[in-house]
Amino acid sequence: MLRDVWLIFRRDLLLSLRNPAWILIQIMQPLLYLVLFGPLMEKMVANTPGFPPGDVWQIFTPALIVMIALFGSSFVGFALLADYRNGVIERLRVTPVSRVALLLGKVLNNALQAVIQAILLITLAVVAFGLRAPFGGIVLGLVIVALLAVTMASASYALALTLKSEEAFPALLNAVLLPVLLLSGILLPITTGLAPAWLYNISRINPFTHVVEAERAGFRGEFTMDALFTGSVVLVALAALAVFWGTRTFRRENA
Amino acid sequence: MIKARGLARRFSARGRTVDAVKGVDIDVSAGELVGFLGPNGAGKTTTLRMLTTLLRPTAGEAVVGGCDLLADPLGVRKRIGYVAQGGGTAPECRLGEEIELQGRLYGLTKAEAHRRGAALTEQLDLAGLDERLTKTLSGGQRRRLDIALGLVHDPKLVFFDEPTTGLDPQSRANLWEHIRGLRAEHGVTLFLTTHYLDEADSLCDRILVIDNGQIVAEGSPDSLKARVSGDGVEIGVPAESVTTAAEIVGRIEGAHEVSVLDGTVRFRVPRGDTAMPELLRALDSADVPMLSMQVHRPTLDDVFLTLTGRSLRDAEQTEEAGEVTADAA
Repeated sequence: MLRDVWLIFRRDLLLSLRNPAWILIQIMQPLLYLVLFGPLMEKMVANTPGFPPGDVWQIFTPALIVMIALFGSSFVGFALLADYRNGVIERLRVTPVSRVALLLGKVLNNALQAVIQAILLITLAVVAFGLRAPFGGIVLGLVIVALLAVTMASASYALALTLKSEEAFPALLNAVLLPVLLLSGILLPITTGLAPAWLYNISRINPFTHVVEAERAGFRGEFTMDALFTGSVVLVALAALAVFWGTRTFRRENA
Repeated sequence: MIKARGLARRFSARGRTVDAVKGVDIDVSAGELVGFLGPNGAGKTTTLRMLTTLLRPTAGEAVVGGCDLLADPLGVRKRIGYVAQGGGTAPECRLGEEIELQGRLYGLTKAEAHRRGAALTEQLDLAGLDERLTKTLSGGQRRRLDIALGLVHDPKLVFFDEPTTGLDPQSRANLWEHIRGLRAEHGVTLFLTTHYLDEADSLCDRILVIDNGQIVAEGSPDSLKARVSGDGVEIGVPAESVTTAAEIVGRIEGAHEVSVLDGTVRFRVPRGDTAMPELLRALDSADVPMLSMQVHRPTLDDVFLTLTGRSLRDAEQTEEAGEVTADAA
């Protein structure tokens, strides 16, 4: 089983390394937000009450890292659909390879990519915009990114295999991801000081809000139970659910 | 090697059910090369996917390669090779990588996978292409790579789904040679599906004819052809003498299934070659000139026509809709 996971992981890794430029192209969106939108916020954060503690880069960078995992890993189902059309999935399924390994090998590669992309973005934020964040916080942030990527990628594969449609898949993703993005306070934090009560309440229901808040807490060096607990529990639960869904879909497909 | 009883598969989609395979019995012994012949949508691929553990049967049971299909699918997977209809290579992967991965997924070590890969690429005329991306291979090369992937773990039983569909005539002939070689040199048992009559005819020891999800006939190509009673003969005569000609044809010993269309009389007769001189003399003495004539030995298409009342070509046209439904389900 572990051997199978490694074999599938290595295959996907080899494929991604063949086109390393994609790693950059995939994070164009969060990268552009950092460079072209972040500076606009500088004065706003400093002069407006209601923002979470920390300076603009401590607020904005961790959120963009969550965005990397949230968006980048959600579209990986496309690659699976291509494999499906090419008969690759069927060819692998007829071998004794563990069905769970087929999923996990792919998902781990996606997680690795998301972590590398996050490191690139953090480096840029440190070098170009003088982001200051404790090392422990950044490491914690990367762990969160990896877990979130595992979550989104597993769900993406499960969804792609269920829909089996190159048209329905992105349409559904966009319909889900945009509200998730806005409601998790990635671009502008949704705090009691900034948002009307109803919007604040809705954002509390969105699990990703708590993930973003935990990531921000790490970046400003606040390692208290209070700041990290909800986010971690939510994230671990989401990851477990998504992996369960994914493995179930991969197993059932074979039946 | 294969023993299936009452294997059936029903697809349900949006309240409609399609019985793609309606209970087939299949027996294949070691060393045989058996063909599964039928029009598109007859249930060939569905049956094959069931036998290769890719699709769970809704009824029936089977033992494949010595393992029970339902109780021990993993055992079946370890013992069989499967070459799918559309192939199964990722366009951005290198040929060598694909073979190595496949071998290692079957439990070979890296070294074993390489050794086996080298032997297979040599044998299948793919030597020296290890570094090529599969998308740059020709259709025939890619098909042979698919075969190499199916053989990498040296299985004793190999399933081919439509092995030569979409290949040019030369690649087809070449692939047939490789398939024959597999059996001759390695004693592999082969089960293949095809909707090409010539393919079934020239490759297989035994043919199962499937139509509408049911096996309608079984036997060697020759014994199947013998079911069609005799050679088909077609003569052309002037339109005004067509009735006279049909009468004369009817008097020939053993002539049957006489039919008339415009200026043509068609019939079957046990031996077309010996019947012709007699027919010529009879027509001559009745002053009916013969404008053209054709005698043909029975083909598998005739077999299909005799068994189902439709030609393979017609069957494919009417059943394509069924295939689409089965695929979507």
